[in-house]
Amino acid sequence: MEVLISLAKVIFAFVIVLQLTLVLLWVERKGSALIQDRVGANRANLFGGLLPFNLGIVNTWMADPLKLFHKEDIVPADADRFLHWLAPWIAIFPLFVTFTVIPFGDVLIAGGYTINLQGADLNLGILYVLAMLSMAVYGVIVGGWASNSRYAFLGGVRGSAQMVSYEIAMGLSLVSVVLTFGTLDFQEIARAQGDLLFGVFPAWGFFYQPLALLIFFIAGMAESKRAPFDLPEAESELVAGFYTEYSGSKQSVFMMADFVEVAIVAGLVTTLFFGGWQVPWLYRDGFHFPGGFHVFVPSLLVTVLQVLSFLVKLFLFCWLQILIRWSLPRLRYDQLMDLGWKRLLPLSLANVAITAVFVLLFDGKTVW
Amino acid sequence: MTLFWILACVTIPAALTVILHRNPVYSALALVFTLFQVAIMFVALDAHLIAFLQIIIYAGAIVVLILFAIMLLSLEPEEPGDGRSSLRAAGWGAAALLGLELVAIAAVFPDTPAAEKPLPEGYGSVAKIAERLFTTHLLPFELTSVLLLVAVVGAVVMARRRTGP
Repeated sequence: MEVLISLAKVIFAFVIVLQLTLVLLWVERKGSALIQDRVGANRANLFGGLLPFNLGIVNTWMADPLKLFHKEDIVPADADRFLHWLAPWIAIFPLFVTFTVIPFGDVLIAGGYTINLQGADLNLGILYVLAMLSMAVYGVIVGGWASNSRYAFLGGVRGSAQMVSYEIAMGLSLVSVVLTFGTLDFQEIARAQGDLLFGVFPAWGFFYQPLALLIFFIAGMAESKRAPFDLPEAESELVAGFYTEYSGSKQSVFMMADFVEVAIVAGLVTTLFFGGWQVPWLYRDGFHFPGGFHVFVPSLLVTVLQVLSFLVKLFLFCWLQILIRWSLPRLRYDQLMDLGWKRLLPLSLANVAITAVFVLLFDGKTVW
Repeated sequence: MTLFWILACVTIPAALTVILHRNPVYSALALVFTLFQVAIMFVALDAHLIAFLQIIIYAGAIVVLILFAIMLLSLEPEEPGDGRSSLRAAGWGAAALLGLELVAIAAVFPDTPAAEKPLPEGYGSVAKIAERLFTTHLLPFELTSVLLLVAVVGAVVMARRRTGP
């Protein structure tokens, strides 16, 4: 039974990611159209347009994967065949296993079991995430090199330089979060955000670490290699960057890796800075509104609300990243390196120092 | 113990690939794989922190830079017979020394496999390692940071373009 429960949790976390990538694919098409005042993808239509409305999302769900997986797989003549084949899998594997440590709910109490709603409850969750994200760079660099194309190679080199640079700021911004909460466990961090500030506001992470949130979010977007940080792909300069020479299902795996990374950044921001699965004022036995007002909610419903809350927040931060992607122009390479090394890195170091002083002075997480 | 043997069966061929493959890119990737396997061994030994640091620092950062250098210099795959004989001799010498060291360690600590002994409370946890680093091993810890600083400053000095006379 224990094994089955663990399996079910991992599969649930996995399904969230897989479905989210497809939803994001559709949201990105329609969302970018909305931002740029276009109609967007509207060709694929169920029942040959007999319906009065367009079931866009269903079509994208089915038509896009079908199309991508049926395209011809082309390997360039002088490419390294083995590494060319391997690169997409190197790119996506570490990302898939990352999402399992992000908690999507508190505990589910059912049938005598108390189930911790987290794919894998690792007490060094934050380090695990950093380790896995640092492995993701190999997909980019190997893909770029194995294609035996100058565009792909340049994209791969740019990508790896960018990811290695921003990893440092990302890690340091997480250090201050760890100092604040005193743990590396995502579930404990999410639980710690259930308290109230001044007895009114939910004590979510961004109240304590606004600077860390900003740095983490920027570094996270740079890690996921999307505009304004899409220099590894830079279609106006490098065709498609490191996956120029990829087609069909291998290219779609790279594309999926992008979306999974967006989902991971959103999931981490949600868990570390926006309370994870916390619903404001909702506790195990129901709502405790400020002012002593109490509404009873059954335990099972509490869990459902928490998971929904996590998914809503997750989706909001995915949408924010898509919004930024379609709003901001690409950085120049020197600007990218300046931002990473001269702005974010010193800022995150200062943030760690200030946080450490506060933690020492007040012997706890509260600045207020 | 089963886990150890499985890991060893995967790690040793990977490690051999690092030194035997003619293409330096494959060697570097095999090195990443080897480091990953060693990290899993650390996990099996309850040293989770060391395992993750190994992946973040060695597999995630240092080998990326090695790959970078290999690719930017566009090193060609080696042909048989490349390499100077003096280097080869030095290699054999280093390998012999390392083997000697292993034998010596095995002789000094004959009963190392102490898996039966219960681990002390909090073994391998971040708190315990940090406590040790900042109390018992404070001096070496701080000296290491100075050493790293020296290396960074040296790298900057060497990389700076020489201007003027």
